[in-house]
Amino acid sequence: MRKWLLQPDFIVERDPGKCIKCQVCVKQCANDAHDYDEQLDQVFTESANCVGCHRCATLCPTNSISIKKSSLEFRPNANWTSSVLRNIYHQSETGGMLLASMGNDQDFPIYWDRMLLNASQVTNPSIDPLREPMELKTYLGSKPERLEFDTTGGKLSINTDIPRQLELSIPIMFSAMSYGSISFNASYALARAASECGIFANSGEGGLHPDLRQFGTHMIVQIASGRFGVDTDYLNTAAAIEIKIGQGAKPGIGGHLPGEKVDEQISRTRMIPMGTDALSPAPHHDIYSIEDLAQLIYAIKEATQYQKPISVKIAAVHNVAAIASGSVRAGADIIAIDGFRGGTGAAPTMIRNHVGIPIAFAIAAVDSRLREEGIRNKASIVAAGGIRCSADVVKAIALGADAIYIGTAALVAMGCHLCQKCYTGKCNWGIATQDPILTKRLNPETAVRHLKNLIRAWSLEVKEMLGGMGVNAIESLRGNREHLRGIGLTDRELSILGIKAAGE
Amino acid sequence: MLTREVPNYKDISGCAIVGIMSENGNRFHGGQIIEAIANMHDRSNGLGGGFAAYGIYPEFKDYYALHIMFEDELSARETEEFLQRTFIIYHKEVIPHRHDTSIQKHPLLRRYFVIPIPIKEDTPDVVFEHLSDDDIVFRSVMEINTGVRGAFVFSSGKNMGIFKGVGYPEDIGEFYQLEQYKGYIWVAHGRFPTNTTGWWGGAHPFGLLNWAVVHNGEISSYGINRRYLANFGYHCALQTDTEVIVYLFDLLFRKHEMPLEAVCIALAPPFWAEFEQMSEENQKLALYIRMVYGGALLNGPFSIIVSNNDIMMGFNDRIKLRPMVAACKNDHLYIASEEAAIRTVCPSPDVIWHADGGVPIIGRLKTAPPLPLSTFYNGRRVAI
Repeated sequence: MRKWLLQPDFIVERDPGKCIKCQVCVKQCANDAHDYDEQLDQVFTESANCVGCHRCATLCPTNSISIKKSSLEFRPNANWTSSVLRNIYHQSETGGMLLASMGNDQDFPIYWDRMLLNASQVTNPSIDPLREPMELKTYLGSKPERLEFDTTGGKLSINTDIPRQLELSIPIMFSAMSYGSISFNASYALARAASECGIFANSGEGGLHPDLRQFGTHMIVQIASGRFGVDTDYLNTAAAIEIKIGQGAKPGIGGHLPGEKVDEQISRTRMIPMGTDALSPAPHHDIYSIEDLAQLIYAIKEATQYQKPISVKIAAVHNVAAIASGSVRAGADIIAIDGFRGGTGAAPTMIRNHVGIPIAFAIAAVDSRLREEGIRNKASIVAAGGIRCSADVVKAIALGADAIYIGTAALVAMGCHLCQKCYTGKCNWGIATQDPILTKRLNPETAVRHLKNLIRAWSLEVKEMLGGMGVNAIESLRGNREHLRGIGLTDRELSILGIKAAGE
Repeated sequence: MLTREVPNYKDISGCAIVGIMSENGNRFHGGQIIEAIANMHDRSNGLGGGFAAYGIYPEFKDYYALHIMFEDELSARETEEFLQRTFIIYHKEVIPHRHDTSIQKHPLLRRYFVIPIPIKEDTPDVVFEHLSDDDIVFRSVMEINTGVRGAFVFSSGKNMGIFKGVGYPEDIGEFYQLEQYKGYIWVAHGRFPTNTTGWWGGAHPFGLLNWAVVHNGEISSYGINRRYLANFGYHCALQTDTEVIVYLFDLLFRKHEMPLEAVCIALAPPFWAEFEQMSEENQKLALYIRMVYGGALLNGPFSIIVSNNDIMMGFNDRIKLRPMVAACKNDHLYIASEEAAIRTVCPSPDVIWHADGGVPIIGRLKTAPPLPLSTFYNGRRVAI
């Protein structure tokens, strides 16, 4: 084989004094980075094949493997960096678009890290969540602006109806990840964990496998431009329906599940022939304008007897506030906004790395815009894309989100090491693959436990932070930007976020 | 004195509050309330005191009594020009005050008894919007307080008035000669602000139309309450979180016509954990109110006394982080931060109790229309 101009990303080192030649690494690596030669009784390593997923190093019984970033340095150049050069070498070889997986990994500002939270001192007491109630329950959906009361006969009752809502025990949900992009075991774990935590998992655009329908009351199902697996049963099984217009990792771009991943189960779930590519067009071919979106929203509402909240998921792009406002006026009960750090199974690298805006700005802009227009009550805001910890959750809610979606964090809880090679279909952790040898590595019971632990841990932390601020209800945090202060932000950034600088 | 920054921040207050009401509507002079609030002298620090009194202007009871403080004659003139465009000014005078008290410095203090000019059919060339008299007054107060430099409307109801300033409350009472007025509801406040310049407008009570609120505590949900109110045209012009309480009562009770009990549920909803003990009817009531009025939920420590011409209500935060004691004697309801303040003026009440967190204590004028009540607060001491 002709040698590429590309040098390995990683150097895999094996300590011969520790290696017992058990060949676990050989069996675990779907990328063939390890090889065993029976005649020589020796384990060889091909560093060029390593994607840095740490599967071998994690499972090596004697910890004999270490994986390092390749020390082969290009001549330092702030403009022509090694990743720029490597991309060009790669493209000059393949003639294709560069592909990437997971969220934007570039060195853009992380706004969560430029906001700080408040706490009570002296004048108002902080509240101890171990001793006092601390309420995180959240309802997503359209609410009337006001209630009408009936007081005839001196009795108090309510005359206004409230449309169906999603009840969340904590304002965190699992983001859309389709069966196909992730394995059945991963989909199952997300659905069951959501159901057991009193939250919701999003099916993504790949339909809902019959075995997951038991969790329907805690599932949001997606309708994307490919319309995979959509029928009335699909819609009515779920608690809510999400129309996917865009995705933070690849705004303006469709999707492509390669035919080799479309096995019998995926074929049945997506309602497409086995082995065919599942193509999601860039736009919905029946939505070329806002009134078309309104038609689809109401078509779905009709099909579900107005019993399911309808979410519209959009990518955070420059004009996100106007798009969100239009979608709310078109009838959306929930607006899901996906920021530029949002993950994906596969996206063109240039799109992933250069399109969209940070979710923090999008939340602030949309929340403020809906308030200015007096329609904030008509829809809930769900924020997604790069939320890494419970402090990010608290900050997102303080900026104005009703709830947040986590995708990457949930995958990491299940074992993902963020090697960003989902698009190869060779996920050694059994998550982003359909290879039966790999998928069985993900034990659904263990994955459910890990996901539930994560949600529990974050909810404890959110409660602690709320109590510190001296409030005991999530309503008092939502949109309460007084509890945020900016650090290292320009005046313009502060004003868009609607927050003050630290010290003010 | 009245100069202030564009208020994008809030004060934090400690404070003492007290309220006395005669449910029969018998009017009594201000000496009693001064005595009660003076008893809690140590709860304030001299940076603010004030009173609200109902039934004090029977001769002008159909007119809005605008109490306005001015920094100088210039701001007074500008305000009067503004008033003349919108209102018929029936009577105008200086708010009587003494100069021999410990209050050594004060702004111009005047009151105007006004009604909005009725819209005439033969002068159609105006920007028209169908507004009630209350709404016209509400908007004008907002416009003066945010738009006219050095002017501040601190009272705007009918047959009621707010009197406040920088100083200990008992000194403020003496300054305004409150023993000369007779009212059937009196509330008072002594202030302990912890980060303020102490300006006259920042003292309590806060008023809008007939509402007056005195507040001990800090509203930690202020940021979202303020943004919620902005959706409905309320702009927080002051430097204090108490303002949002007044506006919330005005929005929910007056504009949204919510029964008082429903307002209380919105401001301090029951905990989700309490739902299992509630009837299905009450669960729906609490759930719907909380879903729709989440932005109005008041969080953080507070004990407040809210009053209008018909009611005086004491109210605590959900976990009662501030003190509140109530007592009854004949037709009189007493609410105060401390029992001692009540016993000073009413040594042997018929009944005296500590208020429950999140449960209102409502005193109602016997001549006022009855309040529709659910079974929501049943079994807990609500009204007298």
